[in-house]
Amino acid sequence: MKWLDMNFELMAQAMPLLLMGAGVTIKITAISVLLGILIGLFIGIARISTNRVIHLVAAVYVDFLRGTPLLVQIFLVYFALPVVTGQRIDPFLAAIAACSINSSAYVAEIFRAGIQSIDAGQMEAGRSLGMTWTQTMRYIIVPQAARRVIPPLGNEFIALLKDSSLVSVIGFEELTRRGQLIIARTYASLEIWLCVAIIYLAMTVSISRLVAWLERRYQIDDQR
Amino acid sequence: MISVRNLRKSFGRAEVLKGVNLDIAEKEVVVIIGPSGSGKSTLLRCLNYLEQPTSGEITVDGMTLGGGTDINKIRAEVGMVFQRFNLFPHMTAMDNITLAPMKVRGVSKEEAEADALRLLAKVGLADRAAAYPEQLSGGQQQRVAIARALAMKPKVMLFDEPTSALDPEMVKEVLQVMKDLAREGMTMAVVTHEMGFAREVGDRVLFVDQGVIMEEGEPEEIFSHPKEERTREFLSKIL
Repeated sequence: MKWLDMNFELMAQAMPLLLMGAGVTIKITAISVLLGILIGLFIGIARISTNRVIHLVAAVYVDFLRGTPLLVQIFLVYFALPVVTGQRIDPFLAAIAACSINSSAYVAEIFRAGIQSIDAGQMEAGRSLGMTWTQTMRYIIVPQAARRVIPPLGNEFIALLKDSSLVSVIGFEELTRRGQLIIARTYASLEIWLCVAIIYLAMTVSISRLVAWLERRYQIDDQR
Repeated sequence: MISVRNLRKSFGRAEVLKGVNLDIAEKEVVVIIGPSGSGKSTLLRCLNYLEQPTSGEITVDGMTLGGGTDINKIRAEVGMVFQRFNLFPHMTAMDNITLAPMKVRGVSKEEAEADALRLLAKVGLADRAAAYPEQLSGGQQQRVAIARALAMKPKVMLFDEPTSALDPEMVKEVLQVMKDLAREGMTMAVVTHEMGFAREVGDRVLFVDQGVIMEEGEPEEIFSHPKEERTREFLSKIL
């Protein structure tokens, strides 16, 4: 049995380095999720706008980002953008930019679906009281939609955390890249990739537990 | 108070309102009846532009809709009560009532809450201010919805089948609130199937069918001596 020959000592030695990489992964995921939610909220609202131009721009934005691979988007930001601007871009910035913009398209669709799932009578009630569209969105529709989008947003968070491994291709030292670097020195593919996988798993399971907890909490709130 | 001239409304190719003229005087209670699909709800929803008319002119309290007038300004003067209540489920009865006065009229929180308590008492729900909509029965929800509309101190109230989604035993409590309101001199337009209410409170009854006002008159006249064949036919089915 090959796995009994695993070098457990090496795994223990690599762990601290890999965990530092995991910290970086969490950092870029968290920042990208926050930025993605912020941009996504506006794009999502633009997607349901009755203004045709705004609607069209948002639709093209979402289609482009969902219709092209994240890997290609990373290359576009890191390698193609400097050709246009004439300035090299920091890998950290490039990673955050690519991940958050990519995520914002998925988040926009989540928000759009969440908002459209709210009964049309709510908008009518708000408007009939003399509130503007924006006021009704802000005080009536979005707060209700927010509860419904927690589960899909959690899924998006998890997807983004895994997809962030792609930024290793531009040399950004997150978890996957750290793994590659250690293997380059030690040739211990089995041990290191196993460790990397376990760390990703631990992170995604934690997030899904957190989301489940949030979901329960808001359901209880709903039933007050 | 409200004047409607040659109002037409189409959804796609279907013309739902085919030229309606209507005047509602101050303090008048107008009851709109008619078979389903006749256009009576659409007519009511055009009065505050929840439905945009295809053509025609609507004037509310001296302001003409669509003609550059701020629609929100007109809606603030026109309260609306819906068949399915449409309370805001994430807010208490109190917050449902105080939201619009605070955000639209700029009323202070204290003042809005004092007003809301007075209105809740008026609709018989003084003790349910802290309740969420789902903790209230249908009749209670509709009464909160009426209080919510009244909180804007509207000049006109529109009721779109306010008792149609209620269990029979709750219809009375909602109608009672509406009767009180009518006696206080509120201008009201009510789409309903409650003929007892129409007889007792209505100053005028409109029978709407196939997108036009087929017949109108005092309740007694319409119910006892309908002139039009279609009106007779409709009344014979529901009375």
